Amino acid sequence: MAVTGAATDIASGSSHQRRAGLGPWLFLTPMLGWLLLFVIVPTLMLVVVSFGERDSLGRVIFAFNLDNYVRAFDWIWLRILGVSVWYAFLTTVICLILGYPVAYFIGRSDERWRGLLIMLVMIPFWTSFLIRTYAWIAILSQEGLLNALLMGMKLTSAPIGFMYTPFAVVLGLVYNFLPFMILPIYTSVEKLDGSLIEAAYDLGARPARVFAQVVLPLTKPGIAAGILLVFVPAIAMFAITTLMGGGGNPTIGEVIQNQFTRARNQPFGAALGVLLLILFIFSLWATTKLRRGEEE
Amino acid sequence: MSDAIGAVPPGRRWWLPQGPAIQRAFFGGWTIAIFAFLYIPILLLVIFSFNESKLSLYWGGFTTKWYAQLFGNQVLLDAFKNSLIVGSAATVLSVFIGTTAAWLLYRYRFPAQQTLGLLIFIPMVMPEVLMGTSLLVLFVSAGIPLGYTTLIIAHTTFCFPFVLVGVQARLQGLDPALEEAALDLGATPMQAFRLVIIPYLMPAIVAGALMAFTLSFDEYIVTVFTSGAESQTLPLKVYGMVKRGGSPELNALSALFIGATILLVLGSQFFTRRKSP
Repeated sequence: MAVTGAATDIASGSSHQRRAGLGPWLFLTPMLGWLLLFVIVPTLMLVVVSFGERDSLGRVIFAFNLDNYVRAFDWIWLRILGVSVWYAFLTTVICLILGYPVAYFIGRSDERWRGLLIMLVMIPFWTSFLIRTYAWIAILSQEGLLNALLMGMKLTSAPIGFMYTPFAVVLGLVYNFLPFMILPIYTSVEKLDGSLIEAAYDLGARPARVFAQVVLPLTKPGIAAGILLVFVPAIAMFAITTLMGGGGNPTIGEVIQNQFTRARNQPFGAALGVLLLILFIFSLWATTKLRRGEEE
Repeated sequence: MSDAIGAVPPGRRWWLPQGPAIQRAFFGGWTIAIFAFLYIPILLLVIFSFNESKLSLYWGGFTTKWYAQLFGNQVLLDAFKNSLIVGSAATVLSVFIGTTAAWLLYRYRFPAQQTLGLLIFIPMVMPEVLMGTSLLVLFVSAGIPLGYTTLIIAHTTFCFPFVLVGVQARLQGLDPALEEAALDLGATPMQAFRLVIIPYLMPAIVAGALMAFTLSFDEYIVTVFTSGAESQTLPLKVYGMVKRGGSPELNALSALFIGATILLVLGSQFFTRRKSP
């Protein structure tokens, strides 16, 4: 997928490049300005607000105190963060196990079929996640198709409560994020030189060894990108978890959303956001390092 | 591509060369099972959108009445109109910003290009809840009322990098002689860009535009934080409908979403793969 190689593609210089004069700088201003105004400045403001307070109307008062962070480290919120990270971890591992063989199969399949197969992964990737979550609700709910089927087959007399359980939350997350894992791994597999695998076999390696020592190391950049695209977004995701989990056991994304909307406590929401931001920057750094390491 | 692997018999090169048939069967079967997992739920939605019975459990016969009801729902039509406005504006802005920046970064050397590359990458992978809340904080502090403007700004922020990356990928295959020839024949850099480079980039621009529009049209999380009362888009309404447990009308709407996505993916694939005009 284009996204995963983007940072390095953009950075790579080539011989036909000239030094930028005034004109090119002028025309680059829209993008530079946009990134500055709507990515960097807002992120910094989120950090600033996290040190602030709110008045009785929920407006932000700029100040400098650590109260929001002290409160964020209360065990109630830490537990919620822990549960969110756990759900995201399960989602990432399941997506990797389910997705890797698919990415491998598509990446090594005949070129005539490859385009069609990868398109079949891209259609769910581009379909609204609300619609795809709704598809599972229609199956799993009390009046849903699965319960209708089970009761029709007399396997159960009363509907089973599949919804609003950790199982439903993780299922919803896996269903949503699986294509995000398959696509970058597929990109890695596609670049894989088939003759290396052949050579390993010719030298007498068994399939398990070929996989562990040739295929896996060479597809590590794709795995790293897949984890980046699944793990952190899954921690922060809130709509799927609210719909599938019922809101009784909120995730960190749901709490942040509530602080900004219903609870009107932006500084506290911002402090939780900053913790998430640190996690995000760390994952970005770790995966970039892993990918760079592979390329050198 | 094919001559590089020509040494391996065509019947075998699609799989681990000496892998036994059982391995192939396993990976193939696994892939089919995953596709079933991905597609059965959405196929069921499409099928039940034509169900006469209001209860999802029973098949009451074929009907298109839910679609008719959908097109009579003024609230949804208004939300659809808002989504079109925001999506179109964000797409136009993204195409402008993304295409010019891709070209300039390809053609000229800027200081700190590595950092810039990372910076462009960030809006694509940043958790949406962080982008939404940070933009909300910015808009509130700057006293900008939430509405179409804030929504268009927010959507453009995560859409334009996708256009940029797509255009950049196509630039990798550009023959530098093309621009040189134009310049030698007396074109100004601006004319060369407009008359030679843009037509060459057109497939990537169209594919990027389709992608940007889809991203904007589907976006829920960033929209929650940056939309005003009068600029409610379709995903916000869809969320409300899902939260209330769904309805045959929502099944019909879902089926339309899925159909539109398939068309968009097909369209963007068509343009991405097209050779130079």
